[in-house]
This record gives sequence, C-alpha cells and structure tokens, in this order.
Amino acid sequence: MSNATALRPHAESGTFGNAEPLLTVSNLSLGVRRGSNETKIVDDVSFDVNAKNRFGIVGESGSGKSMTLRAIAGLLPRGVEILSGQIAYRGRDLAAFSASERRALMGPEIAMIFQEPMTALNPVKRVGDQIAEGPRRHLEMSRKEARELAVDMMAKTGIPDPARRVRAYPHELSGGLRQRVMIAMALSCRPKLLLCDEPTTALDVTVQHQVLRQLEDLCDDFGAALVFVTHDLAVVNQTCSDLAVMYAGRLVESGPVKDIFRDPRHPYTRGLLDSAPDFDRPNRELLAIPGFPVNLADRPVGCSFAPRCSFAQKSCLTRSPSLEVVAPGRTAACFRTEELFQEGSE
Amino acid sequence: MTHVSVLQLSGITKRYEMPAPVWEKVTKQRVSVPSLIALDGIDIDLRRGEILALVGESGSGKSTLAKVLVGSVTPTTGELTYNGEPMPVPRGKDLTRRIQMVFQDPYSSLNPRISVRSLLSELLLLHRIVPRQQVRAECVRLLNLVGLDEDALDAYPSQFSGGQRQRIAIARALAVRPDILIADEPVSALDVSVQATILDLFDSLREELGLTILFIAHNLAVVQHLSQRVAVMYLGRIVEVADTDELFARPQHPYTRSLIASIPRMSGDSVNAAELLEGEPPSPIDVPAGCRFHPRCPVAVDACRSTDPALRTVPAGALSGAHEIACILDDPPPFVGADTAPHEKENR
Repeated sequence: MSNATALRPHAESGTFGNAEPLLTVSNLSLGVRRGSNETKIVDDVSFDVNAKNRFGIVGESGSGKSMTLRAIAGLLPRGVEILSGQIAYRGRDLAAFSASERRALMGPEIAMIFQEPMTALNPVKRVGDQIAEGPRRHLEMSRKEARELAVDMMAKTGIPDPARRVRAYPHELSGGLRQRVMIAMALSCRPKLLLCDEPTTALDVTVQHQVLRQLEDLCDDFGAALVFVTHDLAVVNQTCSDLAVMYAGRLVESGPVKDIFRDPRHPYTRGLLDSAPDFDRPNRELLAIPGFPVNLADRPVGCSFAPRCSFAQKSCLTRSPSLEVVAPGRTAACFRTEELFQEGSE
Repeated sequence: MTHVSVLQLSGITKRYEMPAPVWEKVTKQRVSVPSLIALDGIDIDLRRGEILALVGESGSGKSTLAKVLVGSVTPTTGELTYNGEPMPVPRGKDLTRRIQMVFQDPYSSLNPRISVRSLLSELLLLHRIVPRQQVRAECVRLLNLVGLDEDALDAYPSQFSGGQRQRIAIARALAVRPDILIADEPVSALDVSVQATILDLFDSLREELGLTILFIAHNLAVVQHLSQRVAVMYLGRIVEVADTDELFARPQHPYTRSLIASIPRMSGDSVNAAELLEGEPPSPIDVPAGCRFHPRCPVAVDACRSTDPALRTVPAGALSGAHEIACILDDPPPFVGADTAPHEKENR
C-alpha cells in the first residue's frame, strides 16, 4: 500500500496545501464476471483528486474513462462490478457506505453532469422543480426557498430570463440551455466534487465555450473540485490543471496538463497529441495511431499499447509496465520512457 | 489558376411551412402561418477538385444544404447548375449517381444485415458500373481504395470499428463513381486517433481521383487542416467565404471571428482568456430583422438593425483570391481575443 501511495499521481504535489485528498481512487479494477471468467474494463487505476483541483481523464472510446467516473458516482451499469481496489471520499471507503448514507452524499458532496442532457433530465418535470429537488431534500429548504434558489442557480449558469425558464420543460430548451440546467442542478447543493462526463461533446463550439467558462467560474465560486472526462484534448487543456491518460482500462500517464502537453512521456499520449488537429499549428502533419484498441476480453500479456506502439521492443510484449514516477508530480507506464522522452526533447 | 465550377447554387431557399396553431385550426381563422426558413438565398460555387468546408452552429442549415445538393430535399426556390446545365427535378439516375453522400454516424448509416459485398455489388449492378463478371474485382478495388483488405468483403458492419465503418461508407459512396462527394460531419463520431486517417483518406481521394468534396464540419481545427476553401453559415445564410488560409488569417465577419475565438486550443491558456460570443443562435422560425447576426454581434451599429447585408467582395490579402462577407461594416473593428494568438493572451 505504501508503494501504491508513492506512485499515486499528485500525492506529493499538494498544490492546495490539503493534507488529505478529497477523492482517492486506489488500485481500482472494474469488470464483468461471467462464471469464472473476468473481463477487466478498468485495471488497477489509482489517482487522487485534491480539493478545488481540476482533474481531467482522457482516452479513446472503450478506455474505461467513463466507467471509472461512474464507479465514483456509484452508477455502474448492471453487470459491471468493482473487482478490487477502493474509492475513498475524504478517507472513507465508498463501498462501506449504506444506501442511505450514499444518497446523503450525492448532491451536497458529490454531483455528476452527464453528456446528453436530454436523456439525463426528466422530460415530464419542469426544470425548476428538477433543480429544486436536491436543495429541498438535502438542505431542507421550503418549496419557496428552493424555487428561489433554482432561479438564482439558473441565472448563475447564464440562462437568460431564468424566472420564466424555471417553468419550462426540458424539450422547450436548446441543447446549451439544457446542459446549463444540468450544471445548475448539479451545483445546487454546493457539492465539493463535481464529476463531468463529456459535458460539452454534444454542443456547438460557441456554446461549448460559454458552458465551459460558466462551469469553471462556478467551480471557483463554490470551491468544488472537478473530475472531467473527455476525449477532446483541447478542452482538457483549457479546463483542467491535472491530467490522467487512460488506454485499455489502464492509466498510462498522469501529471500536470501543461507538462504533459509540452512533453508527453508515454508513446500513447504522444500519439494522441500528434493525431489531433491543432488550430494554432495548421500545417503540422496529423499522425494517426496505427492499429486498433485491444480487445479487453483477450488482453495481450505485455503492455496493452505494445501492438500499436512504434517503439515497442521484446520486453513490452511479455511484461506489463507499471506506473513509475518519471519527474516530480508525473508518472508514466512505459519501459522506454526514459530513453525515448528526454527532458526538453520535442 | 483558373477554377472550373462543377456545381453552382444560385438563390437556393428552403422553407418549411409549420402547422398552424391548434386554436387557429379550431376557429378556422388563419392569422399566421409561421414558416421555418432553413436556407435563405444560398449562392455558392463548388469548384472542381477542391474541398469546400461548410461550417456553422447547429441550426444554421448546413445539413439542409447537403440534402439539397444530393437531391433528397427539393429547394423552395433557386437553381442548381451542374456542369453548366440546370439540374432537373427530379434528377435522373445518372445525375443522382454524380453526387454522393457520406453521413455522420457510421453506426446508423450502414445496414447491419447487409454484408459489405452485397452493399457494394448492389450499387455496381444497379448503376451498371462494371460488367457482372467484374463486380467482385471492383468491390476489392473499392475496398483497397479506402484502405481496407479483401477480407472485409464478406463481413458485416458490426464486425468493424467506427473508423473502418466510415471507410466502408466512403467506399459505398465511391462505388458509383461520383464527381462530387458530400460529407456531413464524417469524422465527428470518431476517436481522435482514427480521425486523422479518415481526413488523410479524403485528401488522397481528392488528389488521386480529382473528387470535389463538400465537407461539413463544426470542428474548425479539422476544417483548417483539410479544406481549400471555407464557407461560414449563420441561420440559413452564407456570411463569409474565402480560401482557408485567408479566412483563418484575416477573418472579416464578426461571426467568423467569434467562431474562431471559441475554438478550444491545444496550446492556449484558460477558456476564460478569449472573448465570448453571447447567446445562442436564434430560431430560424423567427429570424431577426436587418442583419441576422446583429443581436449577438459585439460590434453591431444602428444600421445593422435595419439593413440585411448581402455577400460582397472585400479586398483579400496577398495570399489568395476572392474573399466575400455579408456585413455592412468595412473591416469591422477587431474585438479582444479574436485575432491575438492564444499564447499572447493574458494568463489568468
């Protein structure tokens, strides 16, 4: 366990001077059990999120980033279970919480924003009532107070004419407004930890820009920490301070966003950055990562990325690399990280 | 360099009549019949062998324009000219073949019960592209063209990843040997690492087959990387057209500027650094009077509320040819953040 703590990203960074991290995910494995067969979709993932930190998780579809987030929120789909490891919130294992304790936690402590606001909102309830539900339950507000809070929250998230919109149904609102309602709902009980699952993927760039800005401002105001799952590297760059890169259910690299973007230490991270079009460098050639993501049910013995990695050597195919500290506050899971990525090499 | 225009659109308008409100039906009083104006006078040329990108927010009419081009939607008014001849309505089998489409979501645009072989050979036989004996060889050629192996022939769409499915969809569009390919957000459903290969494929198709491609996208970084020319749409109108380099180097229309300012940057600082475009696009049922962008425009003047600007040519930079904008202001004053490089912006 002491070993795991040493390797855990940001354990020693302590940017905000908090002794105890808000959220601690340690050696988390999620999977599907069929008889004696286990298919791991998240494998041995550990990270810390400190209070007021903004933590991004990126990866391709199927990398397990959303599942990790759902496990934290206790919203794993039927059939997927925690095989090992634990998720601790303020030092308490979430698995030890009873159902009612868990309900008390979701809202005032942890809240979640989903990707598709149309399916996440209740279509037959006015949005104001949906926002007011949390405060009424958790903060024991009266109907009137909660309604006022809902209007206030909607105004804070930048919804024009909130006094009228509070009576609207989700279908009457545009995608951007719906996503703001989701944010208002999630923040209505002033959570300490906000989980975001691709919150702006379904939105236009201009609206995405507005929503991200509102989200950042509100998190600053309320002092909430953010766990932000996305596949858009540019969005991560602009919202998060720390980053974890996932591939095939494993963490392959983590550290401060700016450092990773400037100087990636894992071939997969490098590949992701090279394949994404960068608006500020239009003439750069886009290099796709060859091959396909591994089949999780039939994971190769060695490094999961080895079949697609242009730097793979023999040892990569036989042993799986573990996350090692490569620089202060940074970790990477690659045998060749030191020889491949020298400090300052571009 | 002279440009040969393959497809010319002049004054294309698409109006959808909305159902009358219930009380008007009951009282049999026809007071107002609102209509949704999806396209409002689109004039643009598609030049042979170019990739023209069409960008804009959702609801700006990009996809309606694509449907008009492939002929699945008939425009209310306006004319389509293909190779100098007016396009008949309905168009015949041969003309239909010339303009093909690739859709956004390769998971729903391929029939899960039809194998790749029958998907392709159906088209080849219907349009008599090759003699019956050569159908198999042609299928293999098509698959190779889009970077797939012969093994894919007898597989079903479910056996492929998103990127591979999109390749199959492209092979299907290419099977009938079109001149023009309309690609409606073809990479937005794909992972970044796969996106790059599909973009490369479009570029090589343009180079090798001389295809003309209309590429609809909302990701401006992708557009900048791939296209030769860009048309920016706002609420059913084209508000700015220019060569890609010119447009991104010297965006003239305030809307284009704010679009560019809101791109999430790979190397920029916080999102808060850039100027923000307020509000959301108004509904195409209730288009603002005057310039349709004026309610959101950061530099609007009084005249903008009354004058509906038409596309006009503005002097372009040394780089390239025509640059057209639909804005009454000459060289609208830049607003903060729109054209400063992100790393120069103040760090929060």
